[in-house]
Amino acid sequence: MDRHEYRNLVILVLPTGIFCVAFFLLPMARLVLIGASGERGIAAYLDIVTTPRHFESLIATLVLSITVTATALVVATISGLFLERNRFKGRGVLISMLTFPLAFPGVVIGFMVIMLAGRQGLIGIVSKALTGDKIVFAYSMAGLFVGYMYFSIPRVILTIMAAAEKMNPALEEAARSLGAPQWRIILDVILPALKPGLIASGAICFATSMGAFGTAFTLATNIDVLPMTIYTEFTLNANIAGAATLSIVLGLITWAALYIARNLSGSNVAAAG
Amino acid sequence: MRRPWLFYSQFAFTIGVCTFLIVPVIMSMMAGITENFFLGIKSGVTLRWVYEVLDLYLDTIYLSLLIAVICLIVTLILGIPTAYVLAKKSGRWARMFEEFLVLPVAIPGLAIALALIVTYGGFRDFRTSWGFILVGHVLYTLPFMVRSVLAVLSSTDFQTLEESAASLGASFWQRFFGIIIPNCRSGILAGSLMVVTLSVGEFNLTWMLHTPLTKTLPVGLADSYASMRLEIGSAYTLVFLIMILPLLIGLQMFGTSKERKPAVPDEDPSEQANQQEIAR
Repeated sequence: MDRHEYRNLVILVLPTGIFCVAFFLLPMARLVLIGASGERGIAAYLDIVTTPRHFESLIATLVLSITVTATALVVATISGLFLERNRFKGRGVLISMLTFPLAFPGVVIGFMVIMLAGRQGLIGIVSKALTGDKIVFAYSMAGLFVGYMYFSIPRVILTIMAAAEKMNPALEEAARSLGAPQWRIILDVILPALKPGLIASGAICFATSMGAFGTAFTLATNIDVLPMTIYTEFTLNANIAGAATLSIVLGLITWAALYIARNLSGSNVAAAG
Repeated sequence: MRRPWLFYSQFAFTIGVCTFLIVPVIMSMMAGITENFFLGIKSGVTLRWVYEVLDLYLDTIYLSLLIAVICLIVTLILGIPTAYVLAKKSGRWARMFEEFLVLPVAIPGLAIALALIVTYGGFRDFRTSWGFILVGHVLYTLPFMVRSVLAVLSSTDFQTLEESAASLGASFWQRFFGIIIPNCRSGILAGSLMVVTLSVGEFNLTWMLHTPLTKTLPVGLADSYASMRLEIGSAYTLVFLIMILPLLIGLQMFGTSKERKPAVPDEDPSEQANQQEIAR
């Protein structure tokens, strides 16, 4: 490649480089510095473990995200495998409906949870008609769980379907002809074939659940998940340094989850915000 | 064959999942056109709430569309050349740059918004304009444009095309505009639809970056959920869904078109890159 061409390539990529340095790299660097600007310096990053409120929020968010990821993987594997391996009338419509919520912002998903389990929600109405007790759980951790399932399931289903499409049916037939029972086939043939897809989409679910803000914001401000804690520290308590450290820790967790998953699954994992 | 047993239980399960996802959507759509949600649909069907939403929040709809269009233009100008360079160079630096470029998607919007505020919050005119929101949207959507175009470029043999053009005397820029851009049309289209869909729905960054005078549609939605009656929130959601529906249909059609690239028989790479994550 001659020098002319090299120069042209640099010209092409330069605007993006400048934009990202000015509006991403420098601001993030500044956030890291502000996090360490208190009297405790860089040790402020350890406060997330020693400040009970922050630590509890971190643990709660981790537990919620892991639970959401695990449940979404199970649910979506069952449905995704079914949709990929069977052809029936209405399959296309079913797939469209299952992937429709993919484009909903977090706030809209929060509203859907209110529709389902809020004060005037469907579950409340039905439970009141059946038992006389109105069940309302939208404005709690359970509501958040439902909301995160809402955006996780469509993503994982798409990945599972793509992975199942590439599966070699001969392997399964071989296992069956050798007398393997259905559960052994699922365990030893199907799941290993789906593994890269499961890791990749699981990481996306986890990272998205860790960082999601809109859903929690819509449901209630007193659900203590990390993004809400950051938000309250910043706006209500004006604790900018605290909000900065928490943001950096949160960003490191989501980035690491996606990075590890990409290296494990070997494929190009699409990240999520 | 034991097929039927497994088939029907999986079928029922999938229908259940689908019900869980779709019922709230239908409920909220109904609530948006019901006179009184508490009394149910028998209280009458009305467009009153929709008109009220347009009355209260029309400016948020305009601002969202404006930001989405400008965001698209910026991501096109920045993204296509970047994708081309990344497709051409495969060294360590190029991979590192790619990794760096995708970071804004891997890091929660809240953190990026905070970083922008602590760095540029002091520039009052910039902070209070919608340009501040635009910067956040471009950061967040640019990786999708780059990935979408890059996926198409890596699946076509553009090097050979370029070499033959160069041997016929075409200059670098003639090749870029005459060969590269027309050849990644499908990726540009899929990427554009993604960018607009994401920008219109972006909340995590926008909530932190907005001011009372620069409210976008999702910000208005959060506002109406918190302070308006359920019917208005529902009608607003209805307006939003109607707005993004054409984009979603477009994504399904062009993001998954299989006939256009005979070179790649089994899948459209831009679809692979995109399907993963539209949400939030």
